[in-house]
Amino acid sequence: MFTIEQAEWLAPKVRRLVVRAPRVSSHHKPGHFVIVRVHEGGERIPLTIADSDAASGTITLIVQIVGATTERLCSLSAGDSIANVAGPLGRPTEIENFGHAVLVGGGVGTAVIFPQAAKLREVGNRVTAVIGGRSREYVILEKELSSHCNHVYPCTDDGSYGYHGFVTAKLKEVIEECGDVGVVLTAGPVPMMRAVAGVTRPLGIKTIVSLNPIMVDGTGMCGGCRVTVAGEMKFACVDGPEFDAHTVDFAELTDRLTTYREQEALAWNRLHELTERSDASASRCKMREMEDAAASR
Amino acid sequence: MPTMKPSERMKIPRQAMPERHAAERAVCFQEVNCGYPPDAAATEANRCLQCKDAKCIGGCPVGVNIPAFVEAIAANDLSAAADILLADNVLPGITGRVCPQEKQCEALCVRAKKGTPVGVGYLERFVADWAREHRKDLFEPPAATGKRVAVVGSGPGGLTCAGELAKRGHAVTVFEALHIPGGVLVYGIPEFRLPKAIVHAEVESLRRRGVEIVTDVVIGQTYTIHELLGVEGFDSVFIANGAGLPIFQGIPGENLKGVYSANEFLTRVNLMGAYRFGETDTPIIKASETVVCGGGNTAMDAVRTARRLGGDPATLAYRRSREEMPARAEEVKHAEEEGVVFRFLCSPLEVLGDEKGWVRGVRCIQMELGEPDASGRRRPVPVPGSEFEIPCQVFIQAIGTKANPLLTQTTPGLNTNKWGNIIVDADHMTSIPGVFAGGDIVRGGATVILAMGDGKSAAAAMDRYLGNGSGDAAST
Ligand SMILES: Cc1cc2nc3c(=O)[nH]c(=O)nc-3n(C[C@H](O)[C@H](O)[C@H](O)COP(=O)(O)OP(=O)(O)OC[C@H]3O[C@@H](n4cnc5c(N)ncnc54)[C@H](O)[C@@H]3O)c2cc1C
Ligand SMILES: Cc1cc2nc3c(=O)[nH]c(=O)nc-3n(C[C@H](O)[C@H](O)[C@H](O)COP(=O)(O)OP(=O)(O)OC[C@H]3O[C@@H](n4cnc5c(N)ncnc54)[C@H](O)[C@@H]3O)c2cc1C
Ligand code: SF4
Ligand code: SF4
Ligand code: FES
Repeated sequence: MFTIEQAEWLAPKVRRLVVRAPRVSSHHKPGHFVIVRVHEGGERIPLTIADSDAASGTITLIVQIVGATTERLCSLSAGDSIANVAGPLGRPTEIENFGHAVLVGGGVGTAVIFPQAAKLREVGNRVTAVIGGRSREYVILEKELSSHCNHVYPCTDDGSYGYHGFVTAKLKEVIEECGDVGVVLTAGPVPMMRAVAGVTRPLGIKTIVSLNPIMVDGTGMCGGCRVTVAGEMKFACVDGPEFDAHTVDFAELTDRLTTYREQEALAWNRLHELTERSDASASRCKMREMEDAAASR
Repeated sequence: MPTMKPSERMKIPRQAMPERHAAERAVCFQEVNCGYPPDAAATEANRCLQCKDAKCIGGCPVGVNIPAFVEAIAANDLSAAADILLADNVLPGITGRVCPQEKQCEALCVRAKKGTPVGVGYLERFVADWAREHRKDLFEPPAATGKRVAVVGSGPGGLTCAGELAKRGHAVTVFEALHIPGGVLVYGIPEFRLPKAIVHAEVESLRRRGVEIVTDVVIGQTYTIHELLGVEGFDSVFIANGAGLPIFQGIPGENLKGVYSANEFLTRVNLMGAYRFGETDTPIIKASETVVCGGGNTAMDAVRTARRLGGDPATLAYRRSREEMPARAEEVKHAEEEGVVFRFLCSPLEVLGDEKGWVRGVRCIQMELGEPDASGRRRPVPVPGSEFEIPCQVFIQAIGTKANPLLTQTTPGLNTNKWGNIIVDADHMTSIPGVFAGGDIVRGGATVILAMGDGKSAAAAMDRYLGNGSGDAAST
């Protein structure tokens, strides 16, 4: 069992969990993820290690509710525990001095770029972060990133905060204004990563994406996480999850992510019915208590 | 009981294994074989001629004293039978169910020459199941040696090695990447062939012996081998991480939705319980028509699992003929009874998809057997112009696995061959002193009993390496 030490909402449906996992925290490098199974009977889901503290033996996960498992995980609070946390998994980010590194994070993808920013800065890069959200409350980790970056540009789709527009538009501006961008690292929803690759490909700027295919074991045993990169089959959990954005088959990834849509909807409905039913049974207990109390009177 | 004359023994027919009815089991995951009742076991035991020069023993990779344990069954002394069996084989409830007996012990039984061999596997299973229910694990902890050993992987190889080392008084920690120990026994081989409760019972008995099993640790990522020997303070390491990297054929359409590796398909169903989706959260695509490509145990398990998930037809496409199929004979028979469709000399060329990216079928070509190849088997060659399509919504590749490079790549100094399998010497020691290896990671995809045999002999060698002299295990 892995105990949750802190839990807080960062944005609507986005929760930050600090989990005790000393074996993982002492080996964490940027780019790594863990596979989490919330409870007995639960599925195994991959989550990026957003931060770690070897001294206290904890890792930080930033989780967005998109389905049953993430909802269950986000319903937990400090003191609760998670059945399994395996890792760190995946290849760490290749960190070197590129001169000027631009990190582009969308939504919880910002959790991926956060540890990268710190390390890239450490080895001497100038670091710029462009982070996006639908509106103000969805922009996460701005303050935390500021301490590692030379510039942080929040962007919102509705213009409620920071730059009004998509992260790709801001990225273009940064590239044009600075003219010295050596590398772009990006993580977020697939359409966003695909658009970022679209911006940098014609300019020939090295671009690394962190892919998020469906995974099971996370150790290279099942092949469920396979993606096509430069025309070759790769297993994202062991060959990645980071790849050269310009050679990733995003259309295939997008399509494969829809494989279990029907079952995911069933699981979601079931979870919600379950919660309703357990509320119902709780109220039944309450009634029985009241009846008992009345009878003993 | 008066001893029987050989002629009397020869007259007894082989006792059939009671089985769940084919129609019932084609739709459920309960075990197919129900086990001998005691009288059938005694009768079958009496078929053994108690040969002086028991050839059957030579067919068993761990040298189980077959006539001795079988005689104890005939004498109705099951406790003695269990002692004899367990002395050579620590997981008889598992091997009795999954060993390819027809190629091992039973193949060499003298009775196989004229008629049918003694049902060694069935009897082994009978004794193991009796022992699990009736015997308390009486275990005197041996004197601690003060040595610490790490075992990587909790498949049959790792579990056996851990048990043998614990018997000798070493402190053993098993590191397992997944959340449940057992390796292929829990994620690969399905419930209807090997109930998971049996594997869990074996694991529990190891725990009672003091073996520590730590799940969720991926060696090569969480710790490297060098860290285990260094900061983590282990005196020796046994690597038994299996050969779990699935091979894809490289044909077009393999990334369509509905294409699985057998490993993924079986892991979702067995380890994650996807066949009980609803009680469990891991989904699986349920298809009305499934095609599985391959001819080994893995392919057989996948196609029979697909059948149970509602696949009708569930088809097995194998590029050679029935005679070359490496799967256990019993599984092939069971699969046929359950309505699995076999397409021999059939090789997939392309997975076909619909406009939404889902599998709609597979295009195959008919093969014929040509000249023998390096393995001595006649090589299948395509018949020109014989292409045809089989409709399906799920297509499963079960053409084999390779060594998973995760661990070897992060272990400088660990020598591997060109297939990525770890190279060991006669003592199972790798190129790194104190680091031993066995099972599928050394042999490539092999069998449960061979992995166990490696675990056992490696434990003896490790014991010598750790300076414990004789290398003999303390008695059980
Ligand atoms: C390497 C990696 C790192 C990730 N890091 C984070 C992170 O830090 N924070 C975060 O919130 N999310 C992260 N994800 C995505 C996260 O794993 C999925 O959101 C989660 O599995 C969804 O599970 P669910 O049951 O809640 O939703 P579901 O109802 O199962 O699915 C909702 C959507 O999530 C996708 N999905 C489903 N199962 C998986 C799976 N096993 N793996 C990946 N995607 C899946 C599907 O495309 C689906 O459309 C990461 C994914 C990968 C591969
Ligand atoms: C579907 C299927 C059916 C089979 N049927 C039969 C049969 O009927 N009869 C038979 O004799 N054989 C059968 N086999 C073959 C047999 O199961 C294997 O030969 C045997 O399990 C090998 O044992 P092992 O201990 O070497 O490895 P495995 O059983 O593969 O176990 C390896 C373990 O190590 C873990 N691991 C891997 N990497 C790491 C790491 N880096 N760190 C920590 N842990 C790690 C894995 O998760 C796994 O639990 C079958 C195989 C399959 C796949
Ligand atoms: S372990 Fe396997 S080969 Fe050996 S006697 Fe038992 S069933 Fe036969
Ligand atoms: S060879 Fe057959 S008959 Fe002879 S001892 Fe072995 S099992 Fe019995
Ligand atoms: S998740 Fe199974 S191989 Fe990557």
